[in-house]
Amino acid sequence: MGRLAWIRLGVIAGFIGLLEILCRGGAIGRLTMIPPSEMAAALVELIASGAVDDDIGRTLGSVAAAFTLAVVFGFVGGVALHAIPRLRRAADPLLATYYAVPFFVMIIATLNGLDRIPRVLDKVARTHRMRPLETALRLKLPAAAPYLFTGVKLAIAYSFIGVIASEFILAASGLGYQIAYAYNNFDNRTMYALMLFVLTLVTTINMALYVWERRLQRRRLGR
Amino acid sequence: MTVFHAELAGVARTYPGVAGHPAVHALGPVDLGLVRGEFFSVVGPSGCGKSTLLEVLAGLSPASTGTIVFEGAPVAGAVPDGIGVVFQEDASFPWLSVWDNVAFGLRRAGIEPGETERRVREAIAFMGLKDFAHAYPAQLSGGMRQRVCIARTLVLRPRLILLDEPFGALDAQTRLLMGDELLRLWRETGATVLLITHALDEAAMLSDRVGAMSARPGRFIDIVETGWPRERDSRIVAQSGFGKITGRLWTSLREESLKALGHAHGAAAG
Amino acid sequence: MTAIRRAFDVALLLAVLAAIWQGLYMFAGDVAIASPAETVRHVFVLLERPRFWGHIEETLSAFAYALVISWAGGVGIGVWLGAHRLSGEVAEPILVALYSLPKVTLYPLILLVFGLGMPAKVAFGAIHGIIPVTIFTMNAVRNIRPVYVKAARVLRLSPQQTVTGVLLPATLPEVVSGLRVGFSLTLLGVLIGEMFASKRGLGFLIINAIGLNDVETMMAVTLLLFVFAAAANAFLLALDRRLHKRV
Repeated sequence: MGRLAWIRLGVIAGFIGLLEILCRGGAIGRLTMIPPSEMAAALVELIASGAVDDDIGRTLGSVAAAFTLAVVFGFVGGVALHAIPRLRRAADPLLATYYAVPFFVMIIATLNGLDRIPRVLDKVARTHRMRPLETALRLKLPAAAPYLFTGVKLAIAYSFIGVIASEFILAASGLGYQIAYAYNNFDNRTMYALMLFVLTLVTTINMALYVWERRLQRRRLGR
Repeated sequence: MTVFHAELAGVARTYPGVAGHPAVHALGPVDLGLVRGEFFSVVGPSGCGKSTLLEVLAGLSPASTGTIVFEGAPVAGAVPDGIGVVFQEDASFPWLSVWDNVAFGLRRAGIEPGETERRVREAIAFMGLKDFAHAYPAQLSGGMRQRVCIARTLVLRPRLILLDEPFGALDAQTRLLMGDELLRLWRETGATVLLITHALDEAAMLSDRVGAMSARPGRFIDIVETGWPRERDSRIVAQSGFGKITGRLWTSLREESLKALGHAHGAAAG
Repeated sequence: MTAIRRAFDVALLLAVLAAIWQGLYMFAGDVAIASPAETVRHVFVLLERPRFWGHIEETLSAFAYALVISWAGGVGIGVWLGAHRLSGEVAEPILVALYSLPKVTLYPLILLVFGLGMPAKVAFGAIHGIIPVTIFTMNAVRNIRPVYVKAARVLRLSPQQTVTGVLLPATLPEVVSGLRVGFSLTLLGVLIGEMFASKRGLGFLIINAIGLNDVETMMAVTLLLFVFAAAANAFLLALDRRLHKRV
């Protein structure tokens, strides 16, 4: 681990430590927040009890469904918009406004990737007498891949946001619903345990993707 | 009458006007016959249509008028088998290793794996990439990446190799050394080579013949026979005949280059 | 010519979207959604009600406060992280992780700290908007080409002239891109905040209408927000494009 990573770890640990001290010292009241160590303990208990297994499954299932739809339709939409520049120019303000929607995120990433395919690849394809489909699969897709990956990462993040927000409001199960339920019943222990669970889960997924992406990119960027 | 390996007759290229811009007459009319196995270079001021000439000959863009013939068959709409092109831009595939870049065309053509491996190994060794076979383009310098592109073309054994300012982005010394490699490649493959370049010294050193083009629309205003022996390398830049050739090229091109810079005819000549 | 054609294209796209909407309405019926015509009519009905203007004002002022915090805070922190290399490198992965966190999960915390009402909404908007503005600004400052700074020294510019004449214009296009992203996400944050943490404002009206099964009001308010956000974004996007074209 490099020096930067140690400093980063220190900053994060310092922040959590500060919260812990403030909570334990009473500067932050128990009704507002419980100490981070207690959140972790409560989370371990909650997971061990199996009480929220169904909700976890439901939320993850919804996220997976939303994510898959977003990536597939976003990619197709992006390719279509790229092929019709007039439609794209007309749709631009809409895309820019609603990119918190996972589907739009993927459209934008696809457009971005297709825009950055070097023009010389087209000429290379023609010197090899490649058909359009082969050019798309063998040259354009790998050339655009890093940008598509960015879209995939953001689509995961926004799928989580969308699913949890709608569970707060509309659902009768799922992690969002359970957090809202605990909040309404002043059950801070369960509430913070679940919040910690969601944030840790999303951060873990993001970090895993980040590491994977770095590994894929390393040779391509020559690092 | 000579039967040319590749021949352009009355070839011109006009880009149609779009959205209020007038049509641009980019090239020609140009007549040019390439003798089988010769090394021909084209020099000319920027924007004179050198690259257009190459793309038209390769079948990458259509000619507005005139005919292009390669090995007895007309070129139209597609790149004929037997022509290889190396571009000015870095066209190596960053997602493939050097080995896979070079093997790309052979694998597509369904060449048998043993044969593919043999030819890739040979091309990689020929271009001096042996130690980098498993590296990725991003780990290589610009010159090395251009070698990958040349190897990727070479491995398909083209009979006519077209190079569009392949060393344009490299420093002068590296360019001379790459020139040596190009000469070696040309001698050993027996291919016909057409090189587009903006460097007069490069053209004078490498070529059997050098064509000097006018400012846009580009036409040949002079064709210089260098008379170099087939066995030659970059050391000929030290010979007295070399200065005569570059001198003659510059005499032809100075006026045209001033035009391309936007100067009035002969205004800065005094 | 191109401007007219562009306007035509946009009109055509909106017409197609309205047609799809009408199609959905005919398919799903008025239990689930309202027709485009009804929705537009209902927008005008709402606009005639004085109380509705109170909600608009509430949302706009919460949005304005949140936007000021997002923009000013994001640019300030971004400049610091961009100029101070170590801080920037330490902070970047943390910022990226925070950016993709589902911050809506934090809503109970915001409520417990700020209570129901304006401060909670502003906080909700600001936590959504400030991070992208920070990331964009940091990258803009970090990527200033060193030759610009050298050129400023060769031209003997004073520090103040260097900032106003070189550094600010050099970073502006990227910063404006960040402000644009921040704008959208701040609005999103404020509306989500109103849905959970308020009894006033347009976000509350939507959630209340969902609760009462008042499809017309829900869709009318959504349409109004859509028009506002798209118009503001079209303006910021045009500005963004113009600035980027210069470079």
